[in-house]
Amino acid sequence: MRVLGIETSCDETGVAIYDSQQGLLAHVVSSQAAIHAPYGGVVPELASRDHVRKLLPLLRRVMTQANTDRSNVDGVAYTAGPGLIGALLVGAAVGRSLAYAWNVPGVGIHHIEAHLLAPMLEPEPPCFPFLALLVSGGHTQLIAVEQFGHYRILGESLDDAAGEAFDKTASLLGLPYPGGPLLAKLAESGDPNRFNFPRPMTDRPGLDLSFSGLKTHALYTLQRHGQDPTTKADIARAFEEAVVATLVIKCDRALKETGLQRLIVAGGVGANRRLRNGISKLALRRRVRAYYPRIEFCTDNGAMIAYAGYRRLQAHANDPLAFFAKPRWSLSAIEPS
Amino acid sequence: MKLLAVETATEACSCALFVDGVCEQIYDLAPRRHAELILPMVSQLLAAAELVVQQLDGIAFGRGPGTFTGVRIAAGVAQGLAFGADLPVAPISTLQALAQGAYRAHGAVQVLAALDARMGEIYWGAYGVDERQRMTAMVSDCIAAADQVPVPEDGWWFGTGSGWASDGRTLSERIGKAVWGQEGQRFPQAQDVALLAADTIAAGEGVPAEQALPIYLRNRVANERANRP
Ligand SMILES: Nc1ncnc2c1ncn2[C@@H]1O[C@H](COP(=O)(O)OP(=O)(O)O)[C@@H](O)[C@H]1O
Repeated sequence: MRVLGIETSCDETGVAIYDSQQGLLAHVVSSQAAIHAPYGGVVPELASRDHVRKLLPLLRRVMTQANTDRSNVDGVAYTAGPGLIGALLVGAAVGRSLAYAWNVPGVGIHHIEAHLLAPMLEPEPPCFPFLALLVSGGHTQLIAVEQFGHYRILGESLDDAAGEAFDKTASLLGLPYPGGPLLAKLAESGDPNRFNFPRPMTDRPGLDLSFSGLKTHALYTLQRHGQDPTTKADIARAFEEAVVATLVIKCDRALKETGLQRLIVAGGVGANRRLRNGISKLALRRRVRAYYPRIEFCTDNGAMIAYAGYRRLQAHANDPLAFFAKPRWSLSAIEPS
Repeated sequence: MKLLAVETATEACSCALFVDGVCEQIYDLAPRRHAELILPMVSQLLAAAELVVQQLDGIAFGRGPGTFTGVRIAAGVAQGLAFGADLPVAPISTLQALAQGAYRAHGAVQVLAALDARMGEIYWGAYGVDERQRMTAMVSDCIAAADQVPVPEDGWWFGTGSGWASDGRTLSERIGKAVWGQEGQRFPQAQDVALLAADTIAAGEGVPAEQALPIYLRNRVANERANRP
């Protein structure tokens, strides 16, 4: 089975083709970071406008790269939510209409489900069940994945998502949007022992998280200790250490509570090297196995949508022609398939 | 010649199938339900005519101006259908389609088409009918406050579209006695989009699917912020 995947939920246009025999055949991602940077955050209307311009040229490129024409595509998958409504509707309109014209099934995909399945695109994919740490720009959740389509949310951030906290703190440090990766870079030259940031919500039981306090802590530290480059790097380091330590503590707890033997990390912040190191050490200590998507599949992409689409289509999913986009859509509300 | 048209730029949602001069249309006044309605309309019309998309000669869509999301739904559907069946596309101005509708309904040969653009502005275009009974632009589509719209030279005009409902009085004052009638309840329709696109498609002058793009007219949609730390 060969599936086309389309991702347009936020500020990346992604298109990919996945083949159940041959794996991922081709994928492209076009980032809008430069469009939104002057505004200090994603401007939804500009995001939608860029998606509708870029999607088909990317699609044509991917079809050529994958040496695929319409006669050998068996289904079209597109992100249907959660995300920016206008941006989602571009992918849904094009994707569902294309499936209709090709006379193949079309299926709207839950963006977070796709993130959780991204490690399946790697050479040694995890088996079900597993624990998932989802850390993206919009979501931070610990999820027990019993099997494909069965997701139980164990805990989540009560305020900022981890990626959001990275971006906001980066902005305080004067880094351009989206600053998460730049903050990580700056942290490399920072002194880990100069500042010690709190580990929010680790002193009480439970798996919920909170990151907005860390950003405030960074602001106070900055005000008290000045704006020189060394201080900024030290703050970046302390902030990153705190986020990573907090996530590791919560993963540790979740593994203990669930008895799960596998742990996957997904979402944009999953690209963070210090987080990967922390999780890998935890896995060693707990004698469980950790899995990660390749770095480029941590952030939004079409490949994970194509793969999730393949799994859904294999279970005979076919959405009605009345397409939809759900800006808010809980993972626990999706159909088991 | 067979072509399919979709129009979702306003509160109205419609689809039309044009086959050798005869047009069938499904039309619904259904704010915010375009995503849900448009492809079922397409499929219903094609099924009734026992056609599939691949048998068409082209796709037409209302390219705007109108609601941003609405215009993108039409463009997205046009892109998907046209790319999927390898067909050319004819993007048609929604104001032109609106004017064509007033000609069809009232025989109005000179039409001031206006759509409510919110934020104190309207989308505006002046159209006159040509020898082939197609509306052509006399004042190109623009966005402006009602008391600042460009006034066409002379003529005997009919006003149509939601802009006449939101700003009818201001517009009447601005145009003066040259307006013989107005209606605020008309919306652009796919049958008029189809009619206006027919010559383009028949002449092989449609554009490739990736050029099925919206025309928004309103381009300032966000304020850049000063780069503060
Ligand atoms: N190396 C990194 N370190 C920390 N944060 C990162 C890194 N790389 C990406 N991010 C963050 O990941 C987020 C984007 O992730 P993504 O999964 O695309 O989010 P969403 O789908 O919610 O938009 C951004 O907040 C970005 O700053």
